[in-house]
Amino acid sequence: MKEYLYTKSHEWVQFLDEKTARIGISDYAQGELGDLVFINLPEVGDELVAGEEFADVESVKAVSNIYSPVTGTVRAINEELLDHPELVNADAAEAWFVEVGDIVGQVDLLTEDQYKAEL
Amino acid sequence: MRGGPDPCWHFHGDLCRIGAIPEVTGMDMSMKLIFEKSIAGRGCDLLPECDVPVAAVGNKFIRNSEIHLPEVSETELSRHYTELMKRTFGVNDGFYPLGSCTMKYNPKVNDEVAGLPGFAEIHPLQPVGTVQGCLEVMKLAEEYLCEITGMEAMDFQPAAGAHGEFTGLKLIAAYHKERKDTKRTKIIVPDSAHGTNPASAAMSGFSVVNVASTKEGYVDPEELRKVVGEDTAGFMLTNPNTVGMFDENILELTKIIHDAGGLNYYDGANLNAIMGLVRPGDMGFDVVHLNLHKTFSTPHGGGGPGSGPVGCKERLVRYLPTPRIILKDGRYEFAEKPLESIGRVKAFYGNFRVVVRALAYILTLGGEGLRNASENAVLNANYMMQKLQGIFDMPFSGHCMHEFVISLEQLKQEKGVSALDFAKTLLDYGMHPPTMYFPLIVHEALMVEPTETETKENLELAVEVYKAVLEQARKEPEMLHQSPAKTVIGRPDEVMAARNPVLRYQF
Repeated sequence: MKEYLYTKSHEWVQFLDEKTARIGISDYAQGELGDLVFINLPEVGDELVAGEEFADVESVKAVSNIYSPVTGTVRAINEELLDHPELVNADAAEAWFVEVGDIVGQVDLLTEDQYKAEL
Repeated sequence: MRGGPDPCWHFHGDLCRIGAIPEVTGMDMSMKLIFEKSIAGRGCDLLPECDVPVAAVGNKFIRNSEIHLPEVSETELSRHYTELMKRTFGVNDGFYPLGSCTMKYNPKVNDEVAGLPGFAEIHPLQPVGTVQGCLEVMKLAEEYLCEITGMEAMDFQPAAGAHGEFTGLKLIAAYHKERKDTKRTKIIVPDSAHGTNPASAAMSGFSVVNVASTKEGYVDPEELRKVVGEDTAGFMLTNPNTVGMFDENILELTKIIHDAGGLNYYDGANLNAIMGLVRPGDMGFDVVHLNLHKTFSTPHGGGGPGSGPVGCKERLVRYLPTPRIILKDGRYEFAEKPLESIGRVKAFYGNFRVVVRALAYILTLGGEGLRNASENAVLNANYMMQKLQGIFDMPFSGHCMHEFVISLEQLKQEKGVSALDFAKTLLDYGMHPPTMYFPLIVHEALMVEPTETETKENLELAVEVYKAVLEQARKEPEMLHQSPAKTVIGRPDEVMAARNPVLRYQF
């Protein structure tokens, strides 16, 4: 299984190969947000910039921005999440938001151990 | 949903109803919607025979579909409202320290004045000659509110705070546009801001730039300098800020924005802390909105009616919504529309009788009274804060203004009791919870705004209740997941409501 890397802003990124990755939010993040009721995703073809917001999630408490760990182009979005945001609460590691290709940059990423030490 | 299924909520078809089913009889005694009580042919009116000739209505004006209004007797209607009333909690029921919302007591004299026939029984299209008193009320209220805020003019069209923000930002947009300064597309908002600020900026066509707060909860002038530039259209701030602290760097902050060519917007949600003490206009703000329903005491919550007038400095006056009221040869009139005006933002003149209530409040208290109100609001908040100091974790210590913030993060980690559990438990003590999970920069936040209209005894009682709930949370955390036990409605399934909202009764 490909390794999960994390950002300080609680996203995970899983590189499928050098230029392609999937992005989601950490289990800690979903726990802090509480039950998600709405997820807003970018569209296929959108350009993401590392460190800039690309999606937002809404829980009963608040709306939160999700920041992209990488710079690249959206190849696919997880459309299932649009109708079933609760999948993120059920299994945050499984519930990817977007798949990004042509990756040309990234923010500083943490290993799972480093990320857990930050919490 | 936390705490397992709730006995007070069940689903009947696609309709969510309130109340428990008595287990013995199996009868459904839950509260019915007014539509469910409807019986065709019932009504509350007794009209005499028509004694004038009946005129035909043109076909294009005749409705083709059923109107679908509930048909009930007056008894049923009256009971329905009483039943609803029993399920709500208002300022007249008890302590209501909802942070940033200023749920102060609303003096009954305001309602009495607003109910006078000359205010209550008029039509917005009446000739101005017959409503001179109403126009005078708006002009007078404008004068006083400009004096209180340090603004040049004020307009009463916006129906509430966020509507005021939208209008104020449109003034900023119009100002830059007229100067052909079209690169100014960004509004700067601190990360502690009311959620409406970035939302209003986006609605008005701007993009939003966040500026991080210091750990004391202030805007860092250095951070602000980093984000200003040729694209800065404006800066939105509330002072005292959302953690209840007065930003002492305010003159420096507003100057940074002015030097960069932007304008400063004052979110008036927290004006209750500073009336008669300091004015947004003197702090360097160019536009303000007020929440008359909060600060100037009219019943609010549950959707209005509110009033969010927008005030501005001289250089923005000609962009204000129209029509404006002017005094010409001793007579009030609606002035011609200046070409630069952003136009109307609401039908007619806003929620006029909220303005009447606000004026009644201002005239009752007078200048000194308003200052006293703010001073007491700050005193009450500090009294409660000091009494809770050392017992609750407070991320921003020192003196607060009219509200203060508690963090229950530690309690959540140690005992699994969240701010939501704590807030729900307060309902069992006959108190409305504080604002929860706001500001966003504080985890498990509770934001307490007692207001000036609570007695010392009430504040002391609230302090005892907060301590008791904390004690209970430590001893029997499980109990708090289930609370409240004594209210008609337990825990509504907020997640279900947000995921599958049923907003319309269909029949």
